[in-house]
Amino acid sequence: MAYSDKVIDHYTNPRNVGTLDKSSHKVGTGLVGAPECGDVMRLQIQVDDNNVITDAKFKTFGCGSAIASSSLATEWLKGKSIDDAMKIDNMDIVEELALPPVKIHCSVLAEDAIKAAINDFRVKNGLAPIESEKVHH
Amino acid sequence: MNIPIYLDNNATTPMDPRVLEAMLPYFNEKFGNAASRNHAFGWVAEEAVDYAREQVAKLIGASDKEIIFTSGATESDNLAIKGVFEMYKDKGNHIITAVTEHKAVLDACKHVEKLGGKVTYLQVKEDGLIDLAELEKNMTPETILVSIMYGNNEIGVVQPVKEIAAIAHKHGALFMTDATQAVGKIPVDVNADGIDLLALSAHKIYGPKGVGALYVRRKGPRVKVTAQMDGGGHERGMRSGTLNVPGIVGLGKACELCGQEMESEAKRLSALRDKLQSALTVLEESYVNGNVDHRLPHVANISFKYVEGEGLMMAMKDLAVSSGSACTSASLEPSYVLKSLGLSDDLAHSSIRFGLGRFTTEEEVDYAVEVTKKAVTHLRELSPLWEMFKEGIDLNSIEWAEH
Repeated sequence: MAYSDKVIDHYTNPRNVGTLDKSSHKVGTGLVGAPECGDVMRLQIQVDDNNVITDAKFKTFGCGSAIASSSLATEWLKGKSIDDAMKIDNMDIVEELALPPVKIHCSVLAEDAIKAAINDFRVKNGLAPIESEKVHH
Repeated sequence: MNIPIYLDNNATTPMDPRVLEAMLPYFNEKFGNAASRNHAFGWVAEEAVDYAREQVAKLIGASDKEIIFTSGATESDNLAIKGVFEMYKDKGNHIITAVTEHKAVLDACKHVEKLGGKVTYLQVKEDGLIDLAELEKNMTPETILVSIMYGNNEIGVVQPVKEIAAIAHKHGALFMTDATQAVGKIPVDVNADGIDLLALSAHKIYGPKGVGALYVRRKGPRVKVTAQMDGGGHERGMRSGTLNVPGIVGLGKACELCGQEMESEAKRLSALRDKLQSALTVLEESYVNGNVDHRLPHVANISFKYVEGEGLMMAMKDLAVSSGSACTSASLEPSYVLKSLGLSDDLAHSSIRFGLGRFTTEEEVDYAVEVTKKAVTHLRELSPLWEMFKEGIDLNSIEWAEH
């Protein structure tokens, strides 16, 4: 399968690989996927007092598209408010990375990871988690 | 050294230049139809086919009359299984095979089931070998065929063919083996091994694609298969269709070369394979899949835990290897062969098959080791599972959301 240049770029030079202190109440962690399915993403956000994401880190077990999707997600998250971050749609990732249909699930996983990280942060800070009503393609 | 390095010789092999040379005249200069009995063009082609038949027979200890040329091992498997089922259905309707067989065998068996046959799919032990006691237990008076592969395409495990054949024969059944990966790599002898039907392919042994053969025993017992391709009654009525003369010449030459070079090649390749394997299993949490004592000389299937196969292969783009991960193939399931060894899905997803071949050099193996080590390290730096493992977290204690 041929990968797009953007996937290869993110895969070869992944942005924001790393770990934030998950015990901090300013950090939200999303861990999604399962080893059995061949992909697990962990996405973390550091949020300031104005609910703006100041830092984002990821680690992903998965194929090149999964790694690229999460790397891209961390780039997009930085500087966004958590409310705006919640609006990131998996199809935006598909478009940006030119993912083929068989790899759409990688973008879905990235979106799930973003939402899980935000909700983790919200719950830690006494806010109600936001239920996603979206039906994935 | 040419990049990328080809280490996928279980998928296919490059053609040996000597094979190509032998084939070339049969495309234009000696283009006759081997079935044309009335003129020199036909005779020349027929002579070439007869010679190739001897070359193939010799490699597996058969007689030339026992070789049926086909389009490849998939067709040979189909002809053997469906052909035996149809020919012997008055005698019984039960076939025994194993879950780690090639899809050509498994799907031919599925077809037999649709026709009303009964098929037993033996599980394998965690080293990939079948349990002989289990085989014996499943033999019934209705069993007409036992079909177990010689060497496995994914993990290279070599089954105890002789013992399997003895059990089949004791119960009055025929023994068929898909020897696609074994012929030309290790000694295979239809008489010493007790094989009644054997499938082989040219392109796995440095010959051309699109040609193979089925060995069908003629003496003790005389085995017959019902043709699955109707037409002019070629190949003693078992496989109609104008013979692929250049391909057959290539298969013959490929077999001859294997016969001459197999012994020294097996030594060279197993030394290189062992070098690669020991260099890579130095990495933490890496495991060799399948029995290492009963294995083809040129294959190593290794799982690198906590990295995913396709992601890994992307970092190894200078190497042409194969992964048991789902993402690489059209299906979404990881390798059924690895899963049947009892490997958890995550280990199956983390596997890479290295298949060395006649043209693999030591320099290439050394390079492959370096590339693989670097890739595994890179991917583990990215892997949340590796981080958890390093922190001593039991991954089984986590409730994963399967998707």
